[in-house]
Amino acid sequence: MKRRFALKAACAALAASGFVSLSALAADTIKVGVLHSLSGTMAISETVLKDTVMMTVDEINAKGGVLGKKLEVVVVDPASNWPLFAEKAKQLLTQDKVAVVFGCWTSVSRKSVLPVFEENNGLLFYPVQYEGEELSKNVFYTGAAPNQQAIPAVEYLMSKDGGSAKRFVLLGTDYVYPRTTNKILRSFLHSKGIKDEDIIEEYTPFGHSDYQTIIGKIKKFAGEGKKTAVVSTINGDSNVPFYKELGNQGLKATDVPVVAFSVGEEELRGVDTKPLVGHLAAWNYFQSIKNPTNTAFIKAWADYAKAKGIAGHKDKALTNDPMEATYIGIHMWKQAVEKAKTTDVDKVIAAMAGQTYKAPGGFTSTMDAKNHHLHKPVFIGEIKSDGQFNVVWKTPGPVKAQPWSPFIPENKGKKDEPVIAARK
Amino acid sequence: MRTLLRCLCVALSLLGGVAHALTPAQTLAIAAGDNDARLVALNAAAAAGGDARLAGFVQALLDGEVKVAGDKVYLVQNDKATIAATGEPATAPEDAEDVTNNNRMRGALDAVLSTLRLFSPDLSVRRAAIVDLGKATLEEGRLPLIDKALAAETDPQLRDNLGRMRAAILISASDRAIRLAAARELGSSSQSTVAGLLAERLGAGGETDPEVRAALQQSLEAVRGRLAWGERLGVVFTGVSLGSVLLLVALGLAITYGLMGVINMAHGELMMIGAYTTYVVQNLFRTYAPGAFDAYILVAIPAAFMVAALVGAVLERGVIRFLYGRPLETLLTTWGISLVLQQAVRSIFGAQNVPVENPGWLSGGVQAMSNLVLPYNRIAIIAFAMLVLGGVALLIARTRLGLFVRGVTQNRRMAACVGVDTARIDMVAFAFGAGIAGLAGCALSQIGNVGPDLGQSYIVDSFLVVVVGGVGQLAGTVVAALGLGVLNKFLEGLSGAVLAKIMVLVFIVIFIQRKPSGLFAMKGRSAEA
Repeated sequence: MKRRFALKAACAALAASGFVSLSALAADTIKVGVLHSLSGTMAISETVLKDTVMMTVDEINAKGGVLGKKLEVVVVDPASNWPLFAEKAKQLLTQDKVAVVFGCWTSVSRKSVLPVFEENNGLLFYPVQYEGEELSKNVFYTGAAPNQQAIPAVEYLMSKDGGSAKRFVLLGTDYVYPRTTNKILRSFLHSKGIKDEDIIEEYTPFGHSDYQTIIGKIKKFAGEGKKTAVVSTINGDSNVPFYKELGNQGLKATDVPVVAFSVGEEELRGVDTKPLVGHLAAWNYFQSIKNPTNTAFIKAWADYAKAKGIAGHKDKALTNDPMEATYIGIHMWKQAVEKAKTTDVDKVIAAMAGQTYKAPGGFTSTMDAKNHHLHKPVFIGEIKSDGQFNVVWKTPGPVKAQPWSPFIPENKGKKDEPVIAARK
Repeated sequence: MRTLLRCLCVALSLLGGVAHALTPAQTLAIAAGDNDARLVALNAAAAAGGDARLAGFVQALLDGEVKVAGDKVYLVQNDKATIAATGEPATAPEDAEDVTNNNRMRGALDAVLSTLRLFSPDLSVRRAAIVDLGKATLEEGRLPLIDKALAAETDPQLRDNLGRMRAAILISASDRAIRLAAARELGSSSQSTVAGLLAERLGAGGETDPEVRAALQQSLEAVRGRLAWGERLGVVFTGVSLGSVLLLVALGLAITYGLMGVINMAHGELMMIGAYTTYVVQNLFRTYAPGAFDAYILVAIPAAFMVAALVGAVLERGVIRFLYGRPLETLLTTWGISLVLQQAVRSIFGAQNVPVENPGWLSGGVQAMSNLVLPYNRIAIIAFAMLVLGGVALLIARTRLGLFVRGVTQNRRMAACVGVDTARIDMVAFAFGAGIAGLAGCALSQIGNVGPDLGQSYIVDSFLVVVVGGVGQLAGTVVAALGLGVLNKFLEGLSGAVLAKIMVLVFIVIFIQRKPSGLFAMKGRSAEA
């Protein structure tokens, strides 16, 4: 399977480097790049997004493509290696000359490719919830900003139904997303009257696999009085040992609920979820949401996974929030290209403003006119014994993103739209 | 669980007359509507003493077996629907909706179930119910039931527990004398929830009376003192657990590097091969013998050893034997081999992690103290590491093969002169070391992720352990592994996982500078050989 992509990528590279016989063929297609880790610690989350792009492109091609041309996917593997992300992004933009790139999961990878996209005036669709504090003209953020995920989740934990939590453990992987999110959350908790002595922050390296001490610490902290909740921004395959340890140590959701921002249906695949019932996740989409658009989306994915023999999904097809965000992103890009009648980056960016798409989450998501983020609904789900989520809280409608969190004082007065520097 | 419920139901119906019948209106109020209203209805039903059906109904709610359609509440168990309140058979309509419970509801349901179980004739059921109840924060409405249970209870230990539970509710009573007695009584507890409760009462908006405050303070200190032991033991246990993992990953290396002097950078990949063997065995069991799935690990252990040992033997015969005495070349070659092995696994199994499930008996843990749970998989790994260590020590010290290995590594020529087939011994010893790495991989698959780069995250650790322990010394490896494990966990408790790792590495750098030959330096003529 992978060899075929590699071959394709190689062909594409050859074509781009100017073989006359091939260039005629290449002109009939529009190239889209995929920049997701297919190996390393992040592969657990990102591989499926690559397949989502492939599926959506197949779907669009079957309906006649974009502007009468077929889409052609160029896949590269940055292997959970942050500098390699920048290298591969450069390759996609300058050698393969792709019209748009769908990619990245961790914020550190996004930060690593950002200069490449700005310098080469590329276009990146980033499908994962993140910490905000960034607004680039060359990026569209189809995942959630903190006010569309983290803040509502913590508000829920403090509500009566969420268990009226008074103390918080902020637990994360050691990189920019958890650190920034926790900074925002700390300031948010301060604004709700929670003092520093009732908050602890803990970080682990990427790929950490021994969570005994941390769980012990959580237990101790929770035993010091007042209801305690854990906010987890652990990313990648560390989540599997974390949840295993949580289950084995018998820390129940009714005692200390854990709400996660980077754990969805896919990450829980290999975990025995029976001891984890009731722990929470906050997202803008869950597979268990019932509506016709979502049913169709899940069916399309299940059929595609079966046809392509995607490991795991061919037997048990799971969808999750970043998959939905990827799916929305590609469709919106297609609509914008059709509106602009060209794949020229600047024109597509202009056409993206105000695009709408009926998302599987059950609401019509709108691209904000200015700030490059989607208006999305927020859902909070509890883990069920079958690894799915049971939605226990949701916003009445889509929420506008605030990329510059009001809970970080330096953000005061920052404009809610990309600052466009004069181009050379 | 179900038989337990049944005997419980019988017990409750024997209690007879006092029980109130569960009405359809009550079941509807508990199953549907606003969470606040549901809780009120649930607690009212429980406080009334509980119908025999209530326990079954609550359990069904917890198991997600209750559906609501209109004003009818159905129990749907094994595809058969009954009316929840009466138990008559019925057919649930197509559009009946599942009742969903959030954490708050589930907590309340659990508490009700445990309270009802307090009246079980079975001592162990009552004991379990009290343990469960001890973890929850109890509401005042539960007091009459606890009083009733206390009156009926005969077991002295459980009476104490119930008394404390009563005190935990009475601690916020309006009568000062009752509060004082409750505060004193709670001092004998060893539950962390009690410590939390006492601390909360001492905080702002809690107790105001100075005498009660003093009693609270005294009790809090007594409880915390007891809890501190659990925490200390917890640090030791996690340290030993990490140490046993380090020991397992370093033991194979202690043979190939320590005794034979081969710097084997592919050691981690041999572990990975062991882990993937476990994965394959697991899949075979799932396909061909799903009934015996829990036993797959017993087959996986020898399989992991054999496969890794075989790969090790091939490596030794094919590559490493040409490189004896040339450490730099060995290092580079084996590093190359490690890349080849990783890529081979990626091509066969894919680049993503593969899921290895724990057998049922390795999930969960044993409650050693109220704030200390020892997970079964960690205990199993400690025991396993000790067994492997014992095996290796016996083999090296007591068997003919061990004698030959020691002989060859100390003086190859002399051993050859007296008729030892040194080439064969090299191969067997290397394969044995590789096999131990395979065993380590099998153990690691039970606690961590299994992926192509599993080995890389442990190769540095395993070299560190062997070098700190002293090259060529099995005892040194053991001490170093456990020492580094406990040190790491102790520092992790103080400063977090990221800093702890750095501090341990700094410690090792300083240590190696002071004692280049490790904890247990080789003495005698062989050291210079």
